[in-house]
Amino acid sequence: MELVSPGIGLIFWMTLSFAILIWILGKFAWKPIMKSLKEREDSIDEALHAADKAREEMKQLKFSNEKLLAEAKDERDAILRDARKVRDKIIDEAREKANQEANRIVENAKGRIENEKMAAMTDLKNQLASLSIEIAEKVLKQELSDEKKQKDYVQKLIDEINFN
Amino acid sequence: MTKIRIGKRKIFLGVSLALTAFLITQFLFAGTQHNQQVAARQQEPDSHEAAWPEEVEEEEFNAGESIIEHIIDSHEWHIATLGETHISIPLPVILWHDGKLHIFMSSKLHHGHASYKGFRLMTEGEFKGKILHDPLEDPDYNYLDEEIVAVEQEGGKKQYDVPLDFSITKNVAAIFISMIIMSWMFISIAKRYKKRKGEAPKGLQSLLEPLILFIRDDVAKEAIGVKRHERYLPFLFTLFFFIFLNNLLGLVPFFPGGANVTGNIAVTGVMAVFTFLITTFSANKNYWKHIFNTPGVPWWLKIPIPIMPLVEFMGIFTKPFVLMVRLFANITAGHIIVLGFISLVFIFGNIQPAMGYGVSIVSIAFAVFMGLLELLVAFIQAYVFTLLSALYFGMATEDHH
Repeated sequence: MELVSPGIGLIFWMTLSFAILIWILGKFAWKPIMKSLKEREDSIDEALHAADKAREEMKQLKFSNEKLLAEAKDERDAILRDARKVRDKIIDEAREKANQEANRIVENAKGRIENEKMAAMTDLKNQLASLSIEIAEKVLKQELSDEKKQKDYVQKLIDEINFN
Repeated sequence: MTKIRIGKRKIFLGVSLALTAFLITQFLFAGTQHNQQVAARQQEPDSHEAAWPEEVEEEEFNAGESIIEHIIDSHEWHIATLGETHISIPLPVILWHDGKLHIFMSSKLHHGHASYKGFRLMTEGEFKGKILHDPLEDPDYNYLDEEIVAVEQEGGKKQYDVPLDFSITKNVAAIFISMIIMSWMFISIAKRYKKRKGEAPKGLQSLLEPLILFIRDDVAKEAIGVKRHERYLPFLFTLFFFIFLNNLLGLVPFFPGGANVTGNIAVTGVMAVFTFLITTFSANKNYWKHIFNTPGVPWWLKIPIPIMPLVEFMGIFTKPFVLMVRLFANITAGHIIVLGFISLVFIFGNIQPAMGYGVSIVSIAFAVFMGLLELLVAFIQAYVFTLLSALYFGMATEDHH
């Protein structure tokens, strides 16, 4: 029966001790412990938030970097494309011009050659004519050395002339 | 760092091994003592009466009595019995009797063999372990105002009166010791917390922090709610660690452990009353409405016979009552089982010393197993008491929903 019948002394001391213990620990232990734990948790929370923020910023930064890089690439491509176009154009133009020049030179040369040829021909003709006259003079002189032949020839010439 | 940690672990291991060894040798030693007596008696069956006076008959092992003696409170802190000599720490006896305060050490009572100023420690019968006052043995006594009891003793009935006993008994001393241990532990870690602000816990701090966080986050915040739990934290922490520490100290079989503090109904009762008072005084209108006009219950359960309010009203008192009984019964039962196993050694040793040794192996194996189970129970009961207290506080402060 002793086991389940609480004694007044123990109840008294237990009440007193327990109340004092709650008070002492509440004041000198639980309060500072809770405060420090809370502070630590808050600082950890803060650090985590900061890390998250930094990560987000990094992401943003990386994204903008990539964007910048892509833009630069595009620009470079465009510039290269333009340059290629300009180059092609210049080459084409140069080729065209060269062709024209060449054609013109050839044309000129052709003209001059023709002129030279014509001059040469004229010269040749003139020389040929004078040579022919000379020959003809000589032949005529030879032919017309006797009278008969002269008369024959005159007669022939007269015959040739028609009075139509 | 690693070296120090290993060192600490080794120390811990060493201490626990030493404890176990001490435990076992104590049991075996006590067993041997008894067995020697039994053996001596068997050697001289004829000279029994002469060689062993009445004392020996008293020594006859009574398991039930011995177990109860280990579980209940006492006026001295018994450490060991070597042969006929009891080694125990005397504790102060404080009595209020006849309008006067009497303070003296329990050693003056000589384990009930002598009376001091008329006070006598009863060794048997209904008042065993209690201090009663015998007016015939007190020369200064002339007036009788206390409760009077008649005790059958030495053939006839004797008149005693019962003084109010505020002695520092074994349990009270154990409560003081655990108060000192707890104050030292938690104030020292509180200092550590202040000193190492924002840093990771270290040493004792890292041992206790998980428990503190467990009580705060999984008990208080869950049961009471984030909004109001902070008010109740000091009580819940103190409650949990007080029960847990005393459960553990109760498992240690020698000073400063060995007192059955949490297996004492007065101690658990006081803690339950604390829970009851806090619940009742922090209760809001909603809580009382739930008790006297329970919503969602058909009207004929309330009027004309208030069955529901009656049941609910009784519930206010049964809740802390159950808290008190649960802790007391769990811890006491665990101790009884362990002591029962140990008692088996002596019961069998009384029949045959060799049997005592044989049984001791099995008994100690079971006692160690029970000890491990008790470690678990020590935590679970502390947790359950705290959790239920927190739940009651939560119920009392719950908002209307």
